[in-house]
Amino acid sequence: MRQHLIFIAAAIVCLSVLPLVAEATGQLALVGLTSRIMIYAIAAASLNFILGYGGMVSFGHAAFFGIGNYVVGILYFHHAEGVPLWGFIPGSNQLLITLPTAVLVAGFAALVIGSLALRTRGVQFIMITLAFAQMLYFFFVSLKTYGGEDGVIVRGANDLFALSLRDKTAMYYVILVVMVLFFAFLWRVVHSSFGTVLSGIRQNERRMTAMGISSYRYKLYGFVLAGMGAGLAGALMAVFMRFASPDTLHWTKSGELLIMVILGGVGTFFGPILGAAAFLILQTYLAAWTEHWQLAMGLILLGIVLGTKGGAKGLFDSIARKLRTEPR
Amino acid sequence: MTLILEQLLNGLLYGITLFLLAAGLTLIFGIMGLINLAHGSLYMVGAFVGAWVASQTGSFWLGLPAALAGAMLAGFAIELGVMRRLYARDHLDQVLATFALILIFNELTVLLFGREPMFVELPASIATPIELLPGLVYPPFRLLIIAAGLGVALGLYFLINRTRIGMLVRAGSTNRDMVRALGVDIRLLYTMIFGLGALLAGLAGFMTSPVLAVQVGMGEQILLATFVVVVIGGVGSIKGAFVAGILLGIVDTCLRAFLPGVLREIMAGPEADALGVGIASMGIYLMMGIVLLFRPQGLFQAGG
Repeated sequence: MRQHLIFIAAAIVCLSVLPLVAEATGQLALVGLTSRIMIYAIAAASLNFILGYGGMVSFGHAAFFGIGNYVVGILYFHHAEGVPLWGFIPGSNQLLITLPTAVLVAGFAALVIGSLALRTRGVQFIMITLAFAQMLYFFFVSLKTYGGEDGVIVRGANDLFALSLRDKTAMYYVILVVMVLFFAFLWRVVHSSFGTVLSGIRQNERRMTAMGISSYRYKLYGFVLAGMGAGLAGALMAVFMRFASPDTLHWTKSGELLIMVILGGVGTFFGPILGAAAFLILQTYLAAWTEHWQLAMGLILLGIVLGTKGGAKGLFDSIARKLRTEPR
Repeated sequence: MTLILEQLLNGLLYGITLFLLAAGLTLIFGIMGLINLAHGSLYMVGAFVGAWVASQTGSFWLGLPAALAGAMLAGFAIELGVMRRLYARDHLDQVLATFALILIFNELTVLLFGREPMFVELPASIATPIELLPGLVYPPFRLLIIAAGLGVALGLYFLINRTRIGMLVRAGSTNRDMVRALGVDIRLLYTMIFGLGALLAGLAGFMTSPVLAVQVGMGEQILLATFVVVVIGGVGSIKGAFVAGILLGIVDTCLRAFLPGVLREIMAGPEADALGVGIASMGIYLMMGIVLLFRPQGLFQAGG
């Protein structure tokens, strides 16, 4: 445990000084890339929580990411227009208001979707989560007030008290702090009795039921928690990109989140960070190298799935074992 | 009245296309237990190869065998190269690998044919609309597609219910392990089913190429609707795929055609149009959600 804490502290220090290093060396794009990695790491970790610990393969996790995204966009829209939503909900551009609102709305959506979707299992669960995400995608596309397919521009970003988060470095530190807090919270949840029960349900649901545990309720709580995490990430993304887009709800985004989780190793605590980093770095550098980056990306993904036993998990596990950095 | 009839025919056309794709997908899904996201790519391959051959030779009909052969070859290639290693894996690995295949197929198509959509010229004999009923004018090509699709459905029915291969397919979708235990060459059966699915997908791609633009990404657009058909119809059931395909095709087309008009009665024009299109797009997913909540196994059980 002590070794893990030292490693985590070192990682946080590295991330803290990264903007200074980037400025000194002129690699300014690095700050933006790392910001996006951290945001996606939150979303992927929330998916990993239900997938890796709870055994629920959701193919519609982008729904909650997109809801968080749109909550920030819509609140900003009403703030800028000065017209309250439905006549009584005032808009806002204060991060301390928009972020919790996004988390709550995403959590509520996860409660509704989860309570229905969790009645099914297996392939049907994969498909019904996908169906709900697609419904929300088309719902947001059809909202002409909020730009339809073009989405909402959050021109002035959000403010944290008097600090404007249009400044990318300021935003970077906000994202870093939120990510560290989120992972600390997730650590507590995973290692709580709740996390243990969820893990038990994944391993043998019937046995947990026989022990008198209502598996449906525990799975639903897990699903809501994961939805809130994705909503948080989506909200941060809207502030960072200064843009809320229906693309964040598209089914390919759900696929990308799944890829990040699988790349990093399903059911490993820090795996989603590795997965998000691997995916986004690969995407960024391949896109800079060739217009046909998707071909290279596809071949690499295919190679990882087919070439390593049990997907990338085995690969990362063996590397992690060698480095002894992966807390289990 | 004629407008409704015309939209019903359009819905039937879309439904037939969905059925052709879903028939292959439901067999692959039901028998091999494989989630194949790349099924839409085979549809795209059929459309592109058919459109390219048709434009190069100037003969629309030469495009048909080319599309079928192209899609089937692509199907065999991915079955032998990729899918074989995925049958024993869990659904997560299958989703990831076939997602990767989508990226590969899309970019290869861009490299070979470019990003511009291709359009297919129809022979005048089947392009000129004819009058079916007084006031109902409809292009004969679309009727031909519907007839061809129904013919294929009938052929599949006989293949599945009256032949030895069909018997194995039915047995496979009911109890895959038992078929293997009885000494059937399951690998050959898998390859053949995959090839058949690819062939049907290629046919669907070629048939819709004169109606829709042939472009990269066309596969994903229809893939999700196809999955909805498979799940509603019941995984592994051809009959289910047929019923659900036609049903969804008609419901989706009619919602798109009439809902904005209905909404325009109660709200302003542009908002009504946007909302109507949005709700119409949600329609099929809503249907799937409702069906899954009340009949988690779909409308028809496999093996029927």
